[in-house]
Amino acid sequence: MNLTLKVWRQKNSKSAGKLVDYQVSDISPDMSFLEMFDVLNEQLINKGEEPIVFDHDCREGICGMCSMFINGRPHGPKQGITTCQLHMRSFKDGDTIVVEPWRAAAFPVIKDLATDRSSFDRIIASGGFISVNTGNAQDANALPIPKRQADAAFEAAACIACGACVATCKNASAMLFVSAKISQLALLPQGQPERYRRVQSMVAQMDAEGFGNCTNTRACEAECPKGISLENIARMNRDYYAAKFASEEEV
Amino acid sequence: MSSFGKAFSSSIGKKLVVGITGLFLILFLIVHCFINSLIFLNDGGETFNLGAEFMAGNWPIRAGEIVLFLGLIIHIVQTARLTYENRKARPVKYAAYNGSANSKWYSRSMGLLGTLLLIFLIVHLANFWVVSRFTGIPTHDVNNRENLFAVMVETFQNPWIVLLYVLSMVSLCYHLLHGFASAFQTMGWNHKKYAKLIISVGIWYSIIISVLFAAMPIAIYTGLIN
Repeated sequence: MNLTLKVWRQKNSKSAGKLVDYQVSDISPDMSFLEMFDVLNEQLINKGEEPIVFDHDCREGICGMCSMFINGRPHGPKQGITTCQLHMRSFKDGDTIVVEPWRAAAFPVIKDLATDRSSFDRIIASGGFISVNTGNAQDANALPIPKRQADAAFEAAACIACGACVATCKNASAMLFVSAKISQLALLPQGQPERYRRVQSMVAQMDAEGFGNCTNTRACEAECPKGISLENIARMNRDYYAAKFASEEEV
Repeated sequence: MSSFGKAFSSSIGKKLVVGITGLFLILFLIVHCFINSLIFLNDGGETFNLGAEFMAGNWPIRAGEIVLFLGLIIHIVQTARLTYENRKARPVKYAAYNGSANSKWYSRSMGLLGTLLLIFLIVHLANFWVVSRFTGIPTHDVNNRENLFAVMVETFQNPWIVLLYVLSMVSLCYHLLHGFASAFQTMGWNHKKYAKLIISVGIWYSIIISVLFAAMPIAIYTGLIN
């Protein structure tokens, strides 16, 4: 396959970037999108040019690092996958592909396609955990949890914090991510003691990071590689109202 | 800041205000649409004028009018503020953005649709509300009631006004199609037991209200109602 790539090049977080055209040829349709970038980078290195910086780690769809905005969609044209799981057979020979970094005030570009997503880490640090005493592990069945409840918590826990929800949202809102991280604990007995403290702290941190406000377009749900549902956002909103208007837990 | 202050200055709290005022305006539209639909009785506006007189001469409803204007203003101010914040949240725009791949165009255009509705509202209030409340309705009907129906018939002789009203009702329909279910989602009412009901009631509500309102100027202009 021969392709024209328009890739965002940006020297560092302070400089202005621009789209640069690159040609790649003899690309196998069985390559992943990231492998195609490896080929391009090798070309650039051989020519003595600076290779394109992009985030990647596990390359099997579970780490959440790869983050390219491909032809106007996060992780490219397919649903339910990350960029490393996107294969070149999803494109046609001769296609022009535009590749940009995640764009959000809360995700500043570090270089080229790599963005700083530590705002997500700070949201987790503000309350996305449970406090437990150390010691021997508890018996696994000490706390009975209904199957439905366990499944819903597991579905929320599938979030890999890639940031595709923020990237695709027209408002750069992080509601889907935050709601998944709140729901995975709010649905389980272990999450109850800090439930109303957690939702207040995490929402406050989300707002402080400069993410936008959700307008329920459902784009995040459609683009999430792990299929996190908008029901989590509704659950977070319910918990937030319960925390602010009913509980005496002040944060 | 107090707990309530913090709640309403958070992103979720600000959206809650938009949702609640939106649902309040949705309720108002039902009343407005019902009374206006009395013109379809085609009795020369007699029943409609009776309805209009009841609405005008009833102090709880007049007080409700003030709450309605407040609700509308809060809805507009709050959404304008949220839109401003949302723009700030993405300072560098995408060169390629394929929004239609994952969301409905009207869910991404609520600001535009709302602005069109605001322009319509200014014209609409000047046409009817200012006349009935301030400048006075010139004629009376056979029952010696203020003839608001006559004002309506006269206004809708202008094809441009009719066109504006009909196009605005298209905007209203799309604004409601997203707004109805969205308000419930923001209030946290997205639950497997209710989701289907809320979505279908929202679709039917949006279509019925907009079609009824759009039919009024068309029926009067074409002379089906006189």
